[in-house]
Amino acid sequence: MGTKVNLISGRTTVQGRNLDSKMSEEYFEEVARCDLNKADMEKLGVAADESVKVRTSYGEVVVKAKEVAGTPEGLVFIPMGPWANALVSGDTHGAGMPSYKGIDAEIEKTGDKVLHVKELMQTYM
Amino acid sequence: MVEITDVVCSLCGCVCDDITVEVEDNKVTKVKRGACSVGKSKLMGHNRIKSPAIRVNGELKDCSYDEAIKKAAEILAASRRPLLYGWSSTVCEADKVGVELSEELGAVIDNTASVCHGPSVLAIQDVGLPSCTLGEVKNRADVIIYWGANPAEAHANHMKRYSYVSKGFWTEEGKKAKKLVVVDVRATKTSKMADVFLQLEQGKDYLVFSALRAILYGHEEVVPDEVGGVSKKDLLETAEMMKGAKFGATFFGMGVTHTGARQNNIVNAIQMTRAAHTHTKFTITPMRGHYNVAGINQVCTWETGFPFAVDLSRGYAWYNPGELSATDLLIRQECDAALIIASDPGAHFPGESIKHLAKIPVIQIDPFPNPTTEFADVVFPAAVSGVEAAGNVYRMDNIPIRLRKLIDSEYPEDEAILKRILDEVRAIKEKEDK
Repeated sequence: MGTKVNLISGRTTVQGRNLDSKMSEEYFEEVARCDLNKADMEKLGVAADESVKVRTSYGEVVVKAKEVAGTPEGLVFIPMGPWANALVSGDTHGAGMPSYKGIDAEIEKTGDKVLHVKELMQTYM
Repeated sequence: MVEITDVVCSLCGCVCDDITVEVEDNKVTKVKRGACSVGKSKLMGHNRIKSPAIRVNGELKDCSYDEAIKKAAEILAASRRPLLYGWSSTVCEADKVGVELSEELGAVIDNTASVCHGPSVLAIQDVGLPSCTLGEVKNRADVIIYWGANPAEAHANHMKRYSYVSKGFWTEEGKKAKKLVVVDVRATKTSKMADVFLQLEQGKDYLVFSALRAILYGHEEVVPDEVGGVSKKDLLETAEMMKGAKFGATFFGMGVTHTGARQNNIVNAIQMTRAAHTHTKFTITPMRGHYNVAGINQVCTWETGFPFAVDLSRGYAWYNPGELSATDLLIRQECDAALIIASDPGAHFPGESIKHLAKIPVIQIDPFPNPTTEFADVVFPAAVSGVEAAGNVYRMDNIPIRLRKLIDSEYPEDEAILKRILDEVRAIKEKEDK
């Protein structure tokens, strides 16, 4: 059982710079990660760049943890992309728009490896 | 070496049109001024899809454009419920052919607005939008609000060209004479620049809009000491700042559309703007993401009457977001083939809906390989609009701007590929009718 958190996703500059280069290493490094605040990092017992598993009712994914000041306790930010979206429900509540923000999630330290984009896409085949 | 000025950026909804680049040997070798780092990256180029390809036994095999056109047309003509999705990172001329193709097929046509500002479109259809051009903001606005938006990362030139940092006719002192309010759930590069940062609890935007509405209408007594994590003191200060504006401009992003009440958040944001009208001039504008997502909404509206999520299978246009948006169609496993152009659902759709997309035949038209390519069955490399192809796009404030062609391409334009698919589909149908 992991720690309960609120998951949001969104754009970053490096993610934007690689919009047309999503198979690149720079995109992978930027997007397959999650921002946490210091207290949450300590609670999980993870250091920067260690892997965490994030799980929702719709899926689970392994990403690298990053400490970011200004992220409120209990909130996790994953840059928009295949890793964040593996955790998002397709239910649009009749609006056409999935819930990309405000998702109930659990997070825990893991020794599992972060899947590369090609490996991650394979999980849908 | 040739220097080209007034280059137009084809990345985000800012559509900056004051860029200077150097071109040598049919390559953009330098972006000299005007572009942000994201736009610069776009202009300088990335790895390309090298050849048209068809998936055979799980592997993409290179083929000719003729073979790929034939295969794509066969897939679409045989489909009973095709979805044609994307359209936001290409030009209006291609989008127009896309609508024609959708009509020919009786397809559902949807665009990236449905996972971006679709809720804003719904809200605008509900209550209208007191908005203005970005030029008006630049020349007039002295109070700027970014709500659920982080332009310092996502629209890096927005503040410099149009809002907080820009200098215009009545705003010649620039940011010295302006106020910046940022509303977000976490500290961002944008919030660090703000005069007032309202850090709200995630998902509580609706409540905070309502509180500001109440204060602006003179009913601060109904507002409790704290709303959605924001103190009444900060709300009163923000409302005073809004009231004191000569001209205020709110910009909102995915922080509002992606969350909780969705379109109802935006309705409330627009009504907050109306409340500000009892004191001063105030406008509100969505921060559109792709450089031509506003354009496909325009094209789709003038061709079908509706901006996104349009079903053409009935012989007339039927609009129902929530039923006909791409995500909903995929979750219900309703579509049996898809054409994806100028977008990347493989990266940007919920995993749950990608599962169905990965199962059905997918045709992809894009200059660049991306996660969608991983499961696409027919792939067409295309010229990069705004670098290798000209055409019209609509900026986030719905101002049409023409993209320039800077260099020649070895790849055809999106419009040309779509026209060929359309011709081939018509030929197949004619044959079937005989």
